[in-house]
Amino acid sequence: MPEATEGTATLPAAEEQAVPKSQGRSDGAKPRSLWSDAWRDLRRNPLFVASAVLILLLLVMTAFPSLFTDASPRDGNLQGAFLKDPEYGKVFSAEWLGYDGQGRSIWARLVYGARASVIVGVVVTAAVTLFGGLVGMLAGYFGGWLDSLLSRLTDIFAGIPFLLGAMVVLTSFDVRSVWVVSAALVFLGWTQIARVMRGSVISCKQADYVVAAKALGAGTGRILLRHILPNAVAPVIVVATIALGGYISAEATLSYLGIGLADPVVSWGIDVSAGKDQLRNAPHVLLFPALMVSITVLAFIMLGDAVRNALDPKLR
Amino acid sequence: MGRYVIRRLLQMIPVFIGSTFLIFFMVYTLGDPVAALFGDKAPDPATAARIRQELYLDEPLWKQYLHYMGQILTGDFGTAFNGQKVTELMSNAFPVTLRLTLVAIVFEIVVGIVLGVLSGLRRGRSVDTSVLLLTLVVVSIPTFVSGYVLQFLFGVKWGLVPPAVSPEAPVDELILPGVVLGLTSLAYVTRLTRTSIAENSRADYIRTAVAKGLPRRRIITRHLLRNSLIPVVTFIGTDVGALMGGAIVTERIFNIHGVGYQLFQGILRQNSPTVVGFVTILVIVFLLANLLVDLLYAVLDPRIRYA
Repeated sequence: MPEATEGTATLPAAEEQAVPKSQGRSDGAKPRSLWSDAWRDLRRNPLFVASAVLILLLLVMTAFPSLFTDASPRDGNLQGAFLKDPEYGKVFSAEWLGYDGQGRSIWARLVYGARASVIVGVVVTAAVTLFGGLVGMLAGYFGGWLDSLLSRLTDIFAGIPFLLGAMVVLTSFDVRSVWVVSAALVFLGWTQIARVMRGSVISCKQADYVVAAKALGAGTGRILLRHILPNAVAPVIVVATIALGGYISAEATLSYLGIGLADPVVSWGIDVSAGKDQLRNAPHVLLFPALMVSITVLAFIMLGDAVRNALDPKLR
Repeated sequence: MGRYVIRRLLQMIPVFIGSTFLIFFMVYTLGDPVAALFGDKAPDPATAARIRQELYLDEPLWKQYLHYMGQILTGDFGTAFNGQKVTELMSNAFPVTLRLTLVAIVFEIVVGIVLGVLSGLRRGRSVDTSVLLLTLVVVSIPTFVSGYVLQFLFGVKWGLVPPAVSPEAPVDELILPGVVLGLTSLAYVTRLTRTSIAENSRADYIRTAVAKGLPRRRIITRHLLRNSLIPVVTFIGTDVGALMGGAIVTERIFNIHGVGYQLFQGILRQNSPTVVGFVTILVIVFLLANLLVDLLYAVLDPRIRYA
């Protein structure tokens, strides 16, 4: 919260000076904008590079899991491979990280599990950003009774604990696919973005460029989309990136609790839940999916953190 | 001040009604409590109709809600489907979770502020960088992961603490669960303190204090900390509510029979009175904590005055 308001207070000011100049010149001597500045910063940040590579790898894993393993994540072999220990020498083979309680290759399940996590994370973040962003923008720009109404609505949805609410929604579904789990997370998850967007819009709606656009006779839609949005979106992007990691973590938590995804969907949360009963004699069954969730969440949170630092030099 | 408190309390009423109605709607319309009562068997239609009538489930939702709220105001939270009073469940569960939350809060305050001050005073140095990286890693580890890993290491492998908590849940058994519960917030406290300290350490009043020749310890504790801890207090205030409702995973891992356990059981079995009752209390805690934080602002920062 305090971080977000700081960001909204400093960002528009920097942008304000950069934008009018760059519009005036077309001879190539462009002053650096907030975004190009941020991009220069990011490329030199090792944390950003590391997280970007990790995320790229995850995306490839999501799209083409068979590139990483030949084994099937659902073929169990109870006789030959029940809880078999990892063979760390055989990197990337089916035996690499051992087998779980149903004799399924843990490495294959890690690879195929990426899909559920990444889809839930991306879908929820996209939906939450669109809906929360819209609510926040309307509340912030129009103010008055609309703001009171939308802000109270945000308060109401924020008043219910996130995980708890998602659980209550999910119990009413018999088949809990990736889309159902995503919908449950969106249902209560949009409030954070709405609040950030509202604060951000309020802090830049009085700016000179908005007044100028109004004086030139620009319509409300044009002002919102062409003038307010580009200047108010930076803190939202930061929060959304960090939240993406949180949604992946939430999906894994729900699946672990048995209220999220269920077999035959391959999900790291399900695997952690299955591994907890064998924690004493075969800790690898729990540890590898747990590690995978943590690394994935870390990648997105690291990315968000790097973007935040690049966009808001004051925090450095 | 008094008028401000009253105004805030009045503003809380619509949010309270809205949140409780929302959870009421979610529990009673999305699920079917009567079907849940019978488990996997199909209920006899006549019996189901009678139970519906007894529980006011045949009325429109807003009437059910009004009836429920009327009961709550007289202190009657209804009866769980196994015949136990919901208030009885609460009086067993809330003290346990309160102790757990206290352990978590103390842990995150002490460790988080120390780490935050250390890194904030040495901004950009290696201590700072490693603390920042550490907080990122800690935030990324979901509670069910840190819970099982720490339980495995401390409880099973090294045998330092009992891996599960006994029903009475004394404070010493709650230390490890409390640490697990507080880990994520610990990272936030650390980062907030660091940012705040780093910003304030360049303020004029610090330069004045240094120029006056005050000892370093006094500058840090009296001048820097007092001014830097305001955002941290805000965070901790709102965190109390979040921790109490968010202990579902921690309580499950360590077998603690607190609020999270009751809620989880209630949700799984679609035990509507339990879920709605507990969430109602949690919403109240959450709202009051937010109010308290706003009032604490004025105490900590005399520049803020509420008319």
